[in-house]
Amino acid sequence: MKYHFTVSPDFTPEHIPGWFIFNTWMQKALSEVIHLELYDNFESQRKAIQSNEIDIIYANPYDAAFLVREKKFAPLVKPTGKSDEAIIAVHESSPFTCVEDLQPGTRISRTDDPDVNMMSMIMLEPAELDKQNTQSCTRDTYILVAKDLIQGNADIGFFLAEAFHDLSKLVRTQMRALVSSHIRIISHSLLVGPRMQPLTDTLLTALTDMSSSSPAVLESLGFDGWTLINEEEMEFMIDLMDTLE
Amino acid sequence: MSLPDMQPDEITGEYQEHTLTYHDQSSRRIFVTEIETPYPDGHLIVSRTNPEGYITHLNDSFVEMSGYSRQELINAPHYILRHPDMPAAAFQDLWQTVTSGKKWNGYVKNLRKDGGFYWVYATVIPNIRKNSVVSYTSVRRKPARKKIEHYASLYKTMLSSEHSA
Repeated sequence: MKYHFTVSPDFTPEHIPGWFIFNTWMQKALSEVIHLELYDNFESQRKAIQSNEIDIIYANPYDAAFLVREKKFAPLVKPTGKSDEAIIAVHESSPFTCVEDLQPGTRISRTDDPDVNMMSMIMLEPAELDKQNTQSCTRDTYILVAKDLIQGNADIGFFLAEAFHDLSKLVRTQMRALVSSHIRIISHSLLVGPRMQPLTDTLLTALTDMSSSSPAVLESLGFDGWTLINEEEMEFMIDLMDTLE
Repeated sequence: MSLPDMQPDEITGEYQEHTLTYHDQSSRRIFVTEIETPYPDGHLIVSRTNPEGYITHLNDSFVEMSGYSRQELINAPHYILRHPDMPAAAFQDLWQTVTSGKKWNGYVKNLRKDGGFYWVYATVIPNIRKNSVVSYTSVRRKPARKKIEHYASLYKTMLSSEHSA
C-alpha cells in the first residue's frame, strides 16, 4: 500500500530538504512506501484532506481540530520544546511602540496561516482593532509580509515567531517585534490517519528513539526530538482553538 | 470543597475585608486592595474546569496572574478568582449561557491571592462530547482600557442595585 504524507504549508523554506529526509527515514522505519506532497497553501492542503488523500500529516494546530474530530486522525508526537507563537512586527522606524498606539484603518500584511492570524488578531484587541476596522492583505510567504513592512505597504505584519526569527538578518533588522505571544500550549503535531493507524506503534517507537538513532534527521528539521501527545493533551489544545475561534 | 479564608499576611498593601458567599452557599473571608496588576501583552490565560466548575487544567499565565501556585489552583473552584466588585448577574449570565451549550464572552475583574486585581476579556465554552458537557474551557485575554472603564462603571451600578434589592 502506498501512503501519503504532507506538512503544514507554514514550514520554513530552509526546512524543505529536512522534510524529504524525514520522509525517507520514515519509509525505512516502517518498510512502507510513503509519498511526500508539499502544498503551496492551506486551501489546497485542506482539499486533499477533505478528499481523504492524506495518511499522515505534520499539522498546524488550527487544522488538528478538524483532523481529529472530523477525519479521525490520531495524535502521535509534537516537536520537543517548541510551541506555536505569533509576532506582530512593524518597520524598524515605525512610530508605533505598543499595540495601543495602533489606530482604526491599520494596514495588515499577513499569510493565510490560520492560527497565526487568529493569535495576532487577539493581540490587536487591546487597541480595539478587528477585521471590520483594519485592512488586510494576504501574501503567499512571510518574506513577502516582511517586504510589505519594509517598503511601507503595511503598518504591521503577522508572523509565525519561528518564521520571523528564520528571516535573514538583513531583512529582520529592518523590522522589530511590536508584540509577541506567550501561549505555550499550542503546537504543530504529527497526526496519523485511519488507513495508517495499524502502523502507529512501530512509528511511535521509531520517533521516540530518533534523538539517539537519527539525530541528523531531526537536525535537518530544526527539532531536538519528539514528545508524545496523549489524547487528553490534544483535546485540551483543540478545546482551546474552539474557544478562540 | 469550601475555600479557606484569605490570610492578611499574604496581602500586599492596604486592604478592605469582605465576606463572599458563593452559589454553592459556601462563604469565604477575603481581603481586597486597590492594586491592579496590568495584563501582560501577548499572554492568554487558559484553564479548563469539570462540569461542576473545579479547575482541572491551567497554563503558566493563569498561575502568574492569579498569584496562586499551580497546586493551590488544581481542583479549586474557579470562583477562587471572584472579586467582590463583580455583580452576581454577570456570573448568572455566564452559567446560563454555557449550560445551554453556547459560548460566553465578557469582561471580568478577577481577585488575586495578594488581594489585588486584574481585568480580563474572557471566553468560556462548554466542551461537548457525545451530547453531554464534559468540561468548560476558558481563555482570558488582554482587554481594551476603554472597555475596562465602561464595565467597571456598569458593574458598579449593577452591584448597587443587587445590594439594594
